[in-house]
Parts: sequence; C-alpha cells; structure tokens
Amino acid sequence: MTAAFRSLLLRHETILGVLLVVALVILAFQSDRFFTADNLLNQGRLMAEVGLVALAMTFVIVTGGIDLSVGSILGLVAILLGVFWQNLGIPLPIAMGLGILVGGVAGLVNGLIITRFGVPPLIATLATLALYRGLAEGISQARSVRGYPEWFFTLGQGEFAGVPVQLWIFALLALVAAIILGLSTFGRATYAIGSNAVASRFSGLSVDRSLLLIYTASGLVAGLAAVIFVSRVSTTRSDMGTGLELDVITAVVLGGTSIFGGRGTIIGTLLGLVLMQALKNGLALAGVKGDGTIVVIGAVLIGTVPSAISFVRMQTVDQKGGPDLRAVSKVKIRM
Amino acid sequence: MSNIALPRRRPHYLARLFEAYGQEIVVLAALVVLFIIVGLYNPRFLSDTNLTSIFSGNAYIAVAAIGMAMVIISGHIDVSVGSLIGVLATIAGTLAVSGYPVWIAWTVPVVAGIVINTLLGALIAYMRVPSIVASLGMLSILKGGLISATGGTWITGMPPEFFIAQARLFGIPAPVYFMIVLTIITAVWMRYSATGRSLYAVGGNPEAARASGLNPERTCVFVFALHGFFAAIAALLFATQLQVIQSTVPPNLELTVITAAVIGGVSILGGTGTVIGSTLAAILFACIGSALIFLNVSAYWLRAVLGLLILATVLADMARRRRSLIP
Repeated sequence: MTAAFRSLLLRHETILGVLLVVALVILAFQSDRFFTADNLLNQGRLMAEVGLVALAMTFVIVTGGIDLSVGSILGLVAILLGVFWQNLGIPLPIAMGLGILVGGVAGLVNGLIITRFGVPPLIATLATLALYRGLAEGISQARSVRGYPEWFFTLGQGEFAGVPVQLWIFALLALVAAIILGLSTFGRATYAIGSNAVASRFSGLSVDRSLLLIYTASGLVAGLAAVIFVSRVSTTRSDMGTGLELDVITAVVLGGTSIFGGRGTIIGTLLGLVLMQALKNGLALAGVKGDGTIVVIGAVLIGTVPSAISFVRMQTVDQKGGPDLRAVSKVKIRM
Repeated sequence: MSNIALPRRRPHYLARLFEAYGQEIVVLAALVVLFIIVGLYNPRFLSDTNLTSIFSGNAYIAVAAIGMAMVIISGHIDVSVGSLIGVLATIAGTLAVSGYPVWIAWTVPVVAGIVINTLLGALIAYMRVPSIVASLGMLSILKGGLISATGGTWITGMPPEFFIAQARLFGIPAPVYFMIVLTIITAVWMRYSATGRSLYAVGGNPEAARASGLNPERTCVFVFALHGFFAAIAALLFATQLQVIQSTVPPNLELTVITAAVIGGVSILGGTGTVIGSTLAAILFACIGSALIFLNVSAYWLRAVLGLLILATVLADMARRRRSLIP
C-alpha cells in the first residue's frame, strides 16, 4: 500500500508540475513583463504570507482537520503588534515576539477546543474566526497604526542577496516543514492521524498532543505572517488577512492534499501555491481585473477535488481489480 | 409523533417539551432576559421604533438562516450564502432599474437562487466535493463575479413599488411577516412531513438513511435548492429595505447566518435542530447588536460577542452530546 501510495503522490505532483510549466509558458507568451526577475521576485514577496500559513495548513489538513481562523489570527496579531508598540510602549522587537506568541496562543486555544471538547475543527475554527476577528475589531476600534521605524520595513520590503527577506524565511520554514512531514516520526504520526484517528490512538500515538502542536504551529505562523504583512504594507488595520483562509486552503488542496486527511505533501503545497500566484499575476498582467482572478481560483478549487477523487478511484480499481472500499468509503458526502 | 403509542412511562409534558425544544427555550429565555436588562437600563430600547427597526432590518438574516438550518441539519454546510444574497440582490436591483416590471425583478432572483444552489448541491452530492470546499469555491466565484460585474457601485433609482420590505400591514413591516410565516411553515413541514423528516434522517446517518430507502444525494440537491429559495427571499428583503442596494453585502454575512442556525440549536454534526431556533437566534443577535449601542458599548465589539456566543453554544452542544452518548 505504501509503495502504491507514494507513486500516487508522485503522480499528482508530477501532473501539477507539468500544469505549472504549461501555465508559466502560456503566461510568459501573454505578457513580456511576466518572466522578468523583478516580477517573479515581487510575486514571491506577495506569496510569502499565504505560503507560510499554507505550510502549517498542510499539516492541519493532513490530520483531516481544517483551520478557518488563520486570517483572523493574522488580523488580531497585526492589531496587537500596533497596540503593544504604540499604546503600551513596548520596544518593537519584543512587541513582534509577543504578537507571534499571541498567534500561538490563539492556535493553542483552537487545538484545545478541538481535542478537549471534541468539537469538529471546521466548527471550532469557524467560531474562533468570528472571535479573533471580533477581538481585533474591538481592540483597534477601527484605528490604524502607522509610523513604524525604518528598520522594521526590512522584514517585508527589504532584500537579502537580491531576494526578498520574507522569501528566505519562507524557504527556510518550507524546508523544515518538508523534513518534519516527510521524514520524521511526527510526520508519519500526522498521516496516521489523518488516515484513522481512532486506530492511531489505539496504536499508542498521542493524537491529542500532535493536534495541539499542529494547531499551535498554525497560529504561530499566522502570527509571523502578520508581522511580515504589517512590515510589507507599513500600516496596521483590523481587517488585515480577511479571506486569507480561502487562499491558503485553495493552495493546499490544489497541491494534492486530501481534504479528508491522510495524504498530502509540502512539495505539493508549494506547487499549488506557485500555480495559484502565477495564475493571479498572469491574469492580472493579461488585463483581467483582480476580482476576475478570484473567480478563476474558486473554479480551480472546485475543479481539483472531483478530479483528485476520481483519480484515487481509478488507481484503486486498477490495482485491486475492484474498488477499494476503504478508499471509497472515506469519500463521504458530509464533512 | 404524538399519535405513536409510547412504551411505558410517558415523561411529564414539560420535560418532553424541554427535551424537544431545549435550545430554543434557552435562546428565548436569553432574549427575554436581554429585553428586561437593557429595557431597565435604557427604556428607549423597548420603544416601537427601535423594536421595529431591529425586527424588520434583520428579518432577512432569519430567512436566510432557515435555509442554512436545513442545510446543516442534512449534514452539510454552505459558506457562500452571503455572496449569493449579494448577487441576487444586485440582479433584482438591476432588473428594476432597467425598467422591467417589478414582478420580473422579484421572480428572476428567486429562480437564479434556486438554479445556482441546485448546481452547488449537485456538485456536493454527485461529484462528491465536500460541502466546505464546494461552497468556499462558490463563495469566491460569486464574490469575484459580483465585484467585477458591478465594479462595487451602488444601485439606486428603483421604482417605488419595488420596495416590498418597506410595506406595512397593520403597522407591522412586511419582512416580519415573511420571517414568521416562512419559519412556521418550514418548522411544521420539517416536523410532520415525510420529506421534511428525511432531512433529519440523512443528516443523522446518511448510510442508515440509504439503507432505509432514502436517497441522500437527491435529498442533498433538494435541500440546497430550497436553501437557494430562502436565500433569494432574503436577498429581496435585503435589496428592498433601503433606497440603495450596496453591492458589498454586510461582510461575513454567511458567518452570521451559520451562527444563527448553530446557536438556535442546529447541531453542526447534522441530524438535529429546528428552524424555530434559528429564527429566534437571528432575532437574539439583532437585539444584541442594538443592545450594545443602548448600553454605550462600541459596536466594534459585536463580532467578538457573537464569536464568544458561538463558542459557548458549540461547547455546550458537545458537552450535552457526550453526556447522552456515553452510557
């Protein structure tokens, strides 16, 4: 099964890679500004925040969960960063650390609600989506914070060795995430939980502890993304990150991570992410307005899941001479 | 239910009432307590004008929550309803402004709502796309389509007979009638008709429902079609309550609608809940929003209060389930 699994994963990513190359070639022919180093690096800059959150979201979705609150955590941390620094007079570096910490706590709260009370992740994070955004709005009272010192902007606007600073951070964390998910015991446990949480529990895996760690990590990276976001746009507003969860989930699902849990890779997520950003940028350069690209992304999101599922079906039928009931029965209607 | 001969001791009437409508009673009690406290603090809260504006201004949320309650009871979710309401309201307004008869401006959005959500339902039932993914995709398609079509402008200059939501009968605004009548009809239908009860069966356990001869796929498509109908009515009430139609619907409207359904006692795991509860919860929210203003609390805290409420309700629901499931 594992070998079949791996070949399946490889194939999804191969298909995605080919798709990406085709998209890039078409987009390059559409506009001569697309394939310039400037444009590509700038796109990387824009992609980093969604990308950071998508790394943790891959873990979350591989466990069969979902985290809808990441956009709200981003907004809350952004507001708190401003409040800590400007209203409470905490030095900015410490305020940044505290902000990211609050993101982690917010993620931990999600994890506690999910593991201690058995609330489905979809509902738990839908509730905290409202709660965290509400806290951001309540704390900020619609005031924005500006006037950050110059050095703070290097994080979001600066470059290191010709590449945007946040891309370095993203690349580093992507590498770490890929190693943890692909090569470590923790990563194997993550897949096991997503395939069958009850069986994992009976096999001695500490399911709750893993989930707590994963949801906390999701909050932490959302906090980090918030700090980078504020540094990039040089201001703080309470509506920052609204709808971020949609972009993140789209990238992850597009990257071949099953929304039912149990399969998915960081490389797939990276491919999904790049494909999505290339589509956005390419369409924008080709003259499609920003809102038109949301439509395309929505259509792509809806389109990938059924094709991925029929792909799984084909595979299982091929190998066993009959449908694998376990694979098919996982494909339930309800979430 | 009542004509089935129940075995052995029949619990007290009140106990049975509480068993069947526990959450609804809790929401109603919360509503009454809110009225008493805020009314004592600031009697103007209970004034005619304020109550009328609370009820008629938020009736569309309650109507949308009826459809959402049905969707969640049958085991799905729809996060695209806010954008759908925006799209349908814009269609209604555009038709009215372009000189079509008012009845066309009213019926086309209803048909469009049913068609769009039937497609969504079919996608979920037959293509097996999980409802959260399908409706997330639908959300961005509708929202992006709406903004690129209208450019975010407001629609004004509809003919005066277009505004059904501003009509009054016996001094009570029309949206209140819509809310009450639709809630009662749906509640009765879901409790007493075979089709209505099949929603609970499919939501509670789709495989068991299939084994008992129901068709979960068809039920899913049907429920989403109905949900589209209620969203369309909500869109009409929303479009006709003010002189302008903003193409940006209240942000996170879908969240408010889902919250109303969940707090009203619709278990997010499917299979239980009533639309009476969702309507009461929608009223409760509207009252909380208004009460914050009368209590001199900044309205910016509203969403945090709602978030806490959802969380508390969901946790209570889980605790109750756990108690009843563990032998």
